[in-house]
Amino acid sequence: MAHDPHAALPRRTAATALPEDRGESPFSDYKVAYTPTQAVAEANRCLFCSDAPCMNACPTHIDVAQFIRKIGSGNDRGSAKTILDANILGMSCARVCPVETLCVGACVYNTLGHPPIQIGRLQRYVTDRALHENWQFYKAGPDSGKKVALIGAGPASLACAHNLRRFGHACTIFEKREVVGGLNTTGVAPYKMKSDASLHEVEWLLQIGGIDVRTGVEAGRDITLEQLEAEYDAVFFGAGLGADSRLGVAGEDLPGVDGAVAWIERMKLAPVDLSGVRHALVIGGGNTAMDCMRELLGLKVPNVTLVYRGTQAGMPGYAHEWKAAQVLGAKAHWQAVPVAFEGQGRVQRAVLGLLDANKQPTGERVTVDADLVLMAIGQGKIGDMLASLSGIRIAKGVVQADERGYTGRPKWYVGGDARNGGKEVVNAAAEGQQAAHAIHESFGK
Amino acid sequence: MADLTTNCAGIISPNPFWLASAPPANSGAQVQRAFEAGWGGAVWKTLGQPIQNVSSRFGGHTIGGVRGAGFNNIELITDRPLEVNFREIYETKKKFPKHAVIVSLMVETEDEWRDIIARSIDAGADGLELNFGCPHGMCERGMGSAVGQEPRINERITSWAVKYSTVPVLVKLTPNVGDINPHGLAAKHGGAHGVSLINTIKSIIGVDIDRFVPEPRVGTQSSNGGYCGAAVKPIALHMTAQLARNPGFRLPISGIGGVCNWRDAVEFILLGATSVQVCTEVMLKGYRIVEDMIDGLNHYMDSHGFATIDQMVGKAVPAYSEWGDLDLNYETVAKIDATKCIGCQVCVAACHDGAHQCLHPQAGTRVPRVDESECVGCNLCKIVCPVPDCITMTQVDNGWAPATWNEHTTGQGKLRPKKGAH
Repeated sequence: MAHDPHAALPRRTAATALPEDRGESPFSDYKVAYTPTQAVAEANRCLFCSDAPCMNACPTHIDVAQFIRKIGSGNDRGSAKTILDANILGMSCARVCPVETLCVGACVYNTLGHPPIQIGRLQRYVTDRALHENWQFYKAGPDSGKKVALIGAGPASLACAHNLRRFGHACTIFEKREVVGGLNTTGVAPYKMKSDASLHEVEWLLQIGGIDVRTGVEAGRDITLEQLEAEYDAVFFGAGLGADSRLGVAGEDLPGVDGAVAWIERMKLAPVDLSGVRHALVIGGGNTAMDCMRELLGLKVPNVTLVYRGTQAGMPGYAHEWKAAQVLGAKAHWQAVPVAFEGQGRVQRAVLGLLDANKQPTGERVTVDADLVLMAIGQGKIGDMLASLSGIRIAKGVVQADERGYTGRPKWYVGGDARNGGKEVVNAAAEGQQAAHAIHESFGK
Repeated sequence: MADLTTNCAGIISPNPFWLASAPPANSGAQVQRAFEAGWGGAVWKTLGQPIQNVSSRFGGHTIGGVRGAGFNNIELITDRPLEVNFREIYETKKKFPKHAVIVSLMVETEDEWRDIIARSIDAGADGLELNFGCPHGMCERGMGSAVGQEPRINERITSWAVKYSTVPVLVKLTPNVGDINPHGLAAKHGGAHGVSLINTIKSIIGVDIDRFVPEPRVGTQSSNGGYCGAAVKPIALHMTAQLARNPGFRLPISGIGGVCNWRDAVEFILLGATSVQVCTEVMLKGYRIVEDMIDGLNHYMDSHGFATIDQMVGKAVPAYSEWGDLDLNYETVAKIDATKCIGCQVCVAACHDGAHQCLHPQAGTRVPRVDESECVGCNLCKIVCPVPDCITMTQVDNGWAPATWNEHTTGQGKLRPKKGAH
């Protein structure tokens, strides 16, 4: 039998035993993987800019020009290492990054009116190879005797822990869920990355060894923050965001009205039944709303309508995401907000209040059919769970920290959505890595 | 439209585009298809003594993803029976009487030359090309470049061919020499009506880095072959111009080496060629490339007011000068058009690492700044810039009268202060 490089990998609880018929399973990649021929052809288009704008646009400052040049010469291993040196989550970032607004958006070819270099697809090409062929570039540093606790097993903690291990510090990650990977596993739109790919990445990076992942353990409940502080030399808070926000309107508790992030998580990890859904509403105008639109349309819900309180131009969601949703048939009610949900036993209708240009009610109302409503109006900030710790400042639920993630309370560091209020995976990876360096320096030499 | 009719050493063809003696001109069926596609002439793949070829014959040099930017081969002359070749030459000339069929020949003794020339002319050849250039396989047997590298032998064999031929004789020269002039002159002294150059350059195209065997691989071994294709054009242009400007030479030239399109052809013609021969680009893309060559040449000639090929031949030769006669006081500096610049700063890296450190990034913009007081006018930034006409080399009116190195070393001519020489 052929050697399976993954056979000996640690299997993490039920995480790798995902069901085959998950809600996300029917999706195929929105951006198809490159063949070697395509990758080399695309790589050879790169101008190898000096002080490249793409590199500067990346929160982790991947040396894009170098990794692309290495693809062009057939040096895929060197290319993968260039990426992973800067960002250990290079595989997931290649798929989930909004490259149109980051590296690809910064490509000088845009200015020339040429198609920009497809940096995300090239990065995916080599990082996929790195994972599938299980290239391991990093070894744990010699044991430092220091122990770090990390709260949450999402991108920020994983990037932080991997960097800490290279310094030789022992890491323990506490994750309240049974699955690891955070939003990479539970929240990424499946046409960008499915949950199994995220879990594979986590398994791949955990091979550095010395990262103990305790799933089903909620910090602050199953183990107190004081205990963590007492038992560990540093604590990294990378727990992300809280539950979906609610509007607080009548009928919001009816079955069929659901939080967007909660719904996406179920769709990604388990089967979903949308057979009875004729009219879905997505409330909100951010990128979670955009994802929900594309996901519901992709799952063949006949009518999917966005309800956003502002105008299309004022929507915080990426224009390219909305465009992609429109191609699939997305509709929208601009300048509207639900004021009530109605139905017998489950939601059947939504009453929308119309808003003026200043997002103030006009008094006008319309009632629309709705048998599924996803609330994508933001997530609660869970920084408040650190409120009991003096010296940590929390503003609107977001943990305040210096540019390297230090909270001001000795031992405590923060990164990812808990620190930035909700940005991209690449921001979480960058902040996790910065915090790892800050923690390492705090230990002294 | 211009008249593309070409008279190269008395060989008339409807246009200056000939297939070179090589695989694309290996058989009657091929040459006839080429003529149908528009080629003006064909130099038939070299006829000579029976040979046998190896399996695996060609090697490609891929540069930045461009396949076959350079090319080499270890194939020999025709491996088809002579009588078959002569019959097909006859049939081809019957079908295409106005197109030029030049027969390439390579044999050893005077008797063999006499015999093969007679048979070629009987078959209808419009001209002969003596293959004194092939750098592999045949030279070891005292033919090909072994002849072309030895002016005395070149002259002697040329004189045999001229003696026995009733049609124009071209001598095909090898570039595997230090100076092309004595070899061109040897052909002239032997009575040749013209020369064609360059043949291929001795080369190893690459190495299989996993098997540790050079390319192209024949089992466990390889051998040096003849290098050609787009990448050799500069070498071929130089040798063409060397002969064209030699006042003692003055023979028609059929230019060969890296001609891929009409622009390349125009360059050869401006440096002294009357016709051009193409092999590699046809091997890579097929005969139909000639359509653009004809069109492009026509439009070029119209736009420059050339009515005939002859009016163009050698037009750039007087401007091909010795370095010592160049004006050292002529000064240019780079100017960057900020409205066109896309901010890649490829020029900055090139200037800093590869030239004279006079292009600098500036705060607040991706457009680099040119330090004109340091810019030596080397062209590197303009060469690497991906945007057409973004960087222009602009003449500086520095007030210095022209002065050359040769003038300077003889006490005349005052040189401006050096730039970028700190």
